[in-house]
Amino acid sequence: MGPVSGVLSHRWVRFAVRRLGRLLVSLAVLLTASFLMIHLIPGDPVRGALGPTAPAALVEARRESLGLNDPLWLQYWHYLQGVFTGDFGTSLTSQLPVSDIISQRLPATLTLAIIAFAVAVVVAVPLGVLMGVVTRRGRGRRSELAFTTTSVVLGTIPDFLIGVGLVYVFGVNLGWLPVAGNATPDAYVLPVIALAVGPAVILARIIRVEMVAVLEADFVRTARAKRLPSRTIYLGHALPNALTAALTICGLLLGSLVAGTVLVENVFAWPGLGRTIAQSILSKDYPVVQAIVLVYGIGVLLANTVVDIVLALLDPRSMIAED
Amino acid sequence: MARRWMRVLRTPLGLTTGVLVAAVVVLAIVAPILWGDRADAVDTDNILTGPSAEHWAGTDGLGRDIFFRSLVASRLSLELALVATVLGVVVGLLLGTAPLLVGRRLGRLVTAGVNIAVAFPGLLLALFFAVVFGVGATGAVLAIGLAGAPSFARLVQTLVAGVASLDYVSAARVAGVGRVRILLRHVLPNIAEPLVVNATLAAGGALLAFAGLSFLGLGVQQPSYDWGRLLFEGIGTIYVNPMAAFAPGLAVLIAGLAFNLFGESVAKGLGVTTVGGVPVLPANDAKRSGAGEDEHSTADAARPSPSDLVLDVQDLRVSFPGADGPIRPVRGVTFSVRHGEALGVVGESGSGKSLTALAVAQLIEEPGHVDAARLDFRGEDLREGPRAHRHLLGTSMAMVFQDPMTSFNPTRRMGGQLAEVAVHHQGMTRKQALARAVDRLRAVRVPDPEKRATQYPHEFSGGMRQRAMIGMGVMGNPSLIIADEPTTALDVTVQQQVLDLLQSIRDEDDVALVLISHDVTVVGEVCDRVLVMYAGRIVEDLPADQLDGGARHPYTRALVAAVPDMHTDLEQPLAVVPGRPVDPADVPVGCAFAARCPLADDHCRAVDPPLAPVGDGISVACWHAGEPLGLDEETGELMEAETV
Amino acid sequence: MSELRFDDVTVRYGTARRPFTAVDGVSLTVPAGQVVGLVGESGSGKSTLARAAVGLAPVHSGQILLDGEPVPRRGRVRPLQMVFQDPFSSLDPRMTIGESIAEPMPPGPSRAERKREVQRLLSLVHLDPVMAGALPGRLSGGQRQRAALARALAGQPKVVIADEITSALDVSIQGAVLNLVRELQRELGLSILFISHNLAVVRYVASHVAVMYQGQIVEQGPVSEVLVAPRHDYTRELLAAVPGSRPSPQAHPAATARSSS
Repeated sequence: MGPVSGVLSHRWVRFAVRRLGRLLVSLAVLLTASFLMIHLIPGDPVRGALGPTAPAALVEARRESLGLNDPLWLQYWHYLQGVFTGDFGTSLTSQLPVSDIISQRLPATLTLAIIAFAVAVVVAVPLGVLMGVVTRRGRGRRSELAFTTTSVVLGTIPDFLIGVGLVYVFGVNLGWLPVAGNATPDAYVLPVIALAVGPAVILARIIRVEMVAVLEADFVRTARAKRLPSRTIYLGHALPNALTAALTICGLLLGSLVAGTVLVENVFAWPGLGRTIAQSILSKDYPVVQAIVLVYGIGVLLANTVVDIVLALLDPRSMIAED
Repeated sequence: MARRWMRVLRTPLGLTTGVLVAAVVVLAIVAPILWGDRADAVDTDNILTGPSAEHWAGTDGLGRDIFFRSLVASRLSLELALVATVLGVVVGLLLGTAPLLVGRRLGRLVTAGVNIAVAFPGLLLALFFAVVFGVGATGAVLAIGLAGAPSFARLVQTLVAGVASLDYVSAARVAGVGRVRILLRHVLPNIAEPLVVNATLAAGGALLAFAGLSFLGLGVQQPSYDWGRLLFEGIGTIYVNPMAAFAPGLAVLIAGLAFNLFGESVAKGLGVTTVGGVPVLPANDAKRSGAGEDEHSTADAARPSPSDLVLDVQDLRVSFPGADGPIRPVRGVTFSVRHGEALGVVGESGSGKSLTALAVAQLIEEPGHVDAARLDFRGEDLREGPRAHRHLLGTSMAMVFQDPMTSFNPTRRMGGQLAEVAVHHQGMTRKQALARAVDRLRAVRVPDPEKRATQYPHEFSGGMRQRAMIGMGVMGNPSLIIADEPTTALDVTVQQQVLDLLQSIRDEDDVALVLISHDVTVVGEVCDRVLVMYAGRIVEDLPADQLDGGARHPYTRALVAAVPDMHTDLEQPLAVVPGRPVDPADVPVGCAFAARCPLADDHCRAVDPPLAPVGDGISVACWHAGEPLGLDEETGELMEAETV
Repeated sequence: MSELRFDDVTVRYGTARRPFTAVDGVSLTVPAGQVVGLVGESGSGKSTLARAAVGLAPVHSGQILLDGEPVPRRGRVRPLQMVFQDPFSSLDPRMTIGESIAEPMPPGPSRAERKREVQRLLSLVHLDPVMAGALPGRLSGGQRQRAALARALAGQPKVVIADEITSALDVSIQGAVLNLVRELQRELGLSILFISHNLAVVRYVASHVAVMYQGQIVEQGPVSEVLVAPRHDYTRELLAAVPGSRPSPQAHPAATARSSS
């Protein structure tokens, strides 16, 4: 075992270094982009935020306090310092520290996203596997058509429209479930459904396609040649391979689910980051926008990294696959 | 290409969604002209009313008719979505093709950039750009267009890389064709279809993304309106008049679905290749099976007693459903294998040799169908289905497949994959089974088997994997090894080692071997007896030492003479079989080889010859078996001997 | 007739920190008007050497010379042409056979002249000239490989590199392509570097043979010497592994058939 684990750990180190490197580069790009965001806006952001009627002296004072008159590199330096010390500046409209706003709002968004993703995975995996087995080798043409069409339709409807539909049916018409806020546990039901439907059907489709492909693979034929029971072939041999392929897409799905919270929070008046960023963009409260974009970006990058690590655990080839 | 697109339109889903897309486009063109005035007409007496005969979807805060506004909004919604899509596609194409055009180092940088950007979801990018470009229609177009660019660039990169690695692009580079010309002539035409399909999907996506941005209030601003804007306004009054939100919501959904479903059905339609060909006429088939029965009665006389036989196959047939009736790649195959015998099966691709092996091993899955007059393995009738003899097959029949790279489960350790057999069929515990696996790996001469058992397949070389595959076969006590092209994917030196290994296993335990190969020389060296297959039938059954010189069938003789060996006369051209192998979906009447055979006459083209013994232990299916055959001195084409 | 010479050629892939040497200091000469067979197992570097010659792989050090001059890597005139292994991927599925063949032709001649030249090349490789208008999808593997040979010849090459051109073909068709290679070589006096893993095939078409092993040439010389009295262990191993290498007393079936008639 000694030399084997030695080789393994060596490979793990290389993988970890490379993956961490990519994360750091992506973070650097993200930090720079979020910093530049304010400077890319045509015109004076402070003037934009305070409106055309604000006195010039006030604008100038606010610019000075925000450090916008410093040279760009110095602003960048201060921005980085701020980010690493948890200081994102102050909101232009509410005058509150941005870090307070974020720490207040982040938990609501995070809970929503994680629950919705868990629900999506729990629904999608068995559904995808089942459909894959049913439609393997060109069987079950009708089930395939029904499943594909339904999943494309459900996958196409944007989460916020599903949300609006749910609000109307369950909130306005039936009045069964709360449609605003997150005060009670049952308030989670509708937003979670709205968020989870899209990723769930996309994931289920991918798993089905992968299952069908894997069931055609040579090694499944080998497993059949070993005369293993069907259950062992499907769950023991085919599923892990179908999952690794599906998992590569999970990072992207989780990312888009995180972004989807922006819209869904606005439908359900959810007190999270999504509602705040929409309001802040409209009121041109740039420090808040900047910080929230950064937080979302970091969330997405971390999600991708976690997925890659899980992938490496499940399929050791993926560690050496890239380049 | 046009014909393939037409075929998509002929499917119900393709037609429906195609018509829907066309309808949405037509609506976008005519709606503002026809109903522009009614949509903008302010009616201060009817503000925020619900649905009525006059206003089907009610009115908005200025008393304007929401139904007509929803229709008219199709123009702006579609325009914005298309502009954003074009923007995304163009930027994506530029970024995606950059690695091909600007050279390796710069290309790698672009690729890395795209890879980072693509990790961020489109909506987040769109929000970012919406802030930068400002709230409003222009900002939203730029935001959604640019947000879609990375994923499109990634798609283009993947597609371009796929085509650029193909030999025809290499050939063009060798021919001195420039990069831009290669891109335009060779790469883009070959990736056009997936690009168009994905652009259609992107248009649907953009349409819905606009609705999303407008819903947040970041899209189109008053007094312009698109579906998203109407939706945004309608949701504000959802308790008063739900229709105000439903009408535009439904419109955007229908349009978005139309584009997406159309794209999906096109993708599906273009991806599917149907098996074409002429249906096999039942009348012909009856005639053939008649000929087959004759053949059995003659063959039966020379048949050894059943107790000697490991495998006894009579009139084996395999069929698959095809576009124009069933395809029959194996059409009545009869053979048997004695204890310890090595039987070779040779033939070209499409001759049915591999399917024969899979059918014998009960590994043909639906929709394939296997039929046989007799299919006995060690005296058990396998036609009862694979479940009935699971343990017998699992321990007594070993399979070795062609590609050792893909025949093992990449996510599981080698030892476990071998051990499974013993756990399921021999009632061993996992620990006992693993010990047995290590022992078997040692038996097939895998060095350091304890360590190897803990490794994954990708840590094995090709030759080692093939040994492990054989080791898996001898976990039980096989009496038959079926090896389907076991050495084709291996180097010659490794090939010899694997063949030697098979030989030594046979010698030790009197194991029979069925070796399927396209290589006559390999089969001639390893096997005792050889079956030559052509177009799903056995055309000759002969002792291996008769291959070189004793073969009677013109096809067998051509096959042997077409392959150079270390003794081939360098002054003579190699034998050439004109024409191409028979397509299993289109098997001719009469002898399937007639079209390529120099000896063929009208009788051959009308009646399929049965396999009949002709002495020297040879059976042959040919009306002109053993007739002299010549070789054109110039081209090597086979010809009737008289004309030489 | 031209001579192709590899002079201490090294090809390296990978990054600077983790280099992989695919071809390691290979010197090899394809004499004018001769066929040199290059044999070796997969991964021995034989295909990489070929790709380096036509500019598809980076040369790390050493020189590849055509009649003493470096092989041109730019511009439309390419005196070195290559035929690839897989005839199903070496022809653009969306270009007609005629268009593919015309592509490497040197610029200058008129459209009509090019068309005539395509027809001439097609008949040279024993394909019906009407095939010029067909897409590759309608051709069999053997026909495609002939078309690929015609395309290589269209570049008016001084030397042709054939990389495993029969290994993707069905056995009954292989012979036809090998016959064609021998015929073209005799008639046009081409110099050919013929790469194969099959010693029997190399013995049949080549006058010289070079054996490659782990990026290096371990033995080279006339076929009659190397295959009869190999000096390197790997060559011996290779020879021993050729199936059917046991001496067989029988003559060719076709030859027997002829003598009996």
